[in-house]
Amino acid sequence: MPPKIAQIRLVSSHPEVYEPCDDSFALVDALLADRTNLLEHRPTLCMEVGCGSGYVITSLALMLGQEAYGAYYIATDINPHAVRVTSETLQAHGVHADLITTEIASGLEKRLKGLVDVMVVNPPYVPTPEDEVGREGIASAWAGGENGRSVIDKILPIADKLMSDRGWLYMVTLTANNPSEICLQMREKGYASRIVVQRSTEEESLHVIKFWRDFDSQPVGNEMGTVNKIVPAGVIESLFSQVPGLSFWRYGNRFSMLGVYEGNVSICFICVSVSQFEFEWAKDCNDVHFNGKGQDPMQMVLQIKLLWDGRDRCF
Amino acid sequence: MRLLTHNMLSSNIKGVTNGFPLRIEVQKVIEKPVDFNPDFLRHMFPMIDWNALVEASRTMGYPDLPDSADAAMLDSDDFLQRFHHSLLELHLEEGALLCPETGRRFPVTKGIPNMLLHEDEVEVSGARAPGKLSGIALFVLSLLPLHFFSHLQ
Repeated sequence: MPPKIAQIRLVSSHPEVYEPCDDSFALVDALLADRTNLLEHRPTLCMEVGCGSGYVITSLALMLGQEAYGAYYIATDINPHAVRVTSETLQAHGVHADLITTEIASGLEKRLKGLVDVMVVNPPYVPTPEDEVGREGIASAWAGGENGRSVIDKILPIADKLMSDRGWLYMVTLTANNPSEICLQMREKGYASRIVVQRSTEEESLHVIKFWRDFDSQPVGNEMGTVNKIVPAGVIESLFSQVPGLSFWRYGNRFSMLGVYEGNVSICFICVSVSQFEFEWAKDCNDVHFNGKGQDPMQMVLQIKLLWDGRDRCF
Repeated sequence: MRLLTHNMLSSNIKGVTNGFPLRIEVQKVIEKPVDFNPDFLRHMFPMIDWNALVEASRTMGYPDLPDSADAAMLDSDDFLQRFHHSLLELHLEEGALLCPETGRRFPVTKGIPNMLLHEDEVEVSGARAPGKLSGIALFVLSLLPLHFFSHLQ
């Protein structure tokens, strides 16, 4: 039997509340895709910022089990109608979460500091004029200001404060939000990240990114093997002829990337997925050469990722 | 609003140094039975400010919690039952939370506390500088195709 999630017919609604849509489904799909890890993670405190209709927090509570499992769910929204609708949605599914009408986590920051093990956010990410941000009602569900980043950039430092050492954050972003830059900024705060779900619709391209604190600067072993060696120029040419103009190719079920400088090639295997493009920071490629200099491998991955975003094709 | 939520909330008004615990103004308290789950209570216990819970519980008409508690008491079924009832089964359905310093009233309606502030009550945080790394990444990116394509020719 597939894991339980919220049923659309039981999700409550209100004219001023955002209904579950592609982005909500992408976020729940990301949680489902990561469900095994979440169950092993055994979170004590799960939180949703911007709960809207309640579809996501209800699904999370259903898929992880309620208090029998020992988890405490808490959800906030700036829109009082949304909090009420969430309350009805939770009730219709027979699960419970503590609800608070507030901006992001205002009023919770002191007491929840460092306690949140799982945080889920589907922020207002649509690029809009700055003065549309923070309006009342349903506009608060989508108006994201310049590049759609106004609210995201407010949420991230708060998430950083609230999350426990083993905290995981799942956030929906749009390509226009510049997710690579978000990952870089989170990296500066010590977070690793991974794209759990990537989905393109006619209107938008969505990523659900998972962030977690990355204390471990040691190699991860087999998970991210590294080969760092000089490859003869002929081999490079043959590689490039297979995937013209691309810094990527598939090696078994791993993606590999290439940095080239004056005939020296550094290869590091990054991640492992055929159906979805996922990536881990190549933190154990400690001797990666790129453009002639030893570069932060994480930056290399990002650059490749940026190139990748610009492409239509998929392996 | 359960007392578990109350235990996690503090006054968020600009200039308040210790906004915890919020005082409770009771209009209507209801009880909703919840399955007794000792593991959940043991998980939550370290997160709870006990004094705040005892005080809030009294205000809500349930004075049966001990004045102090420590982890050793989590083996006692009697203690867990009281803790359970106070933390999870008492709901403030209608009423308000009051900031201990300013007296600012946060309404609780249909069991949901509203912590939204007026504009002049909000703490203004410093503007965030854009990440400097992003600039470097974009710069390097702009060079990237040149390197690859130069090897193709």
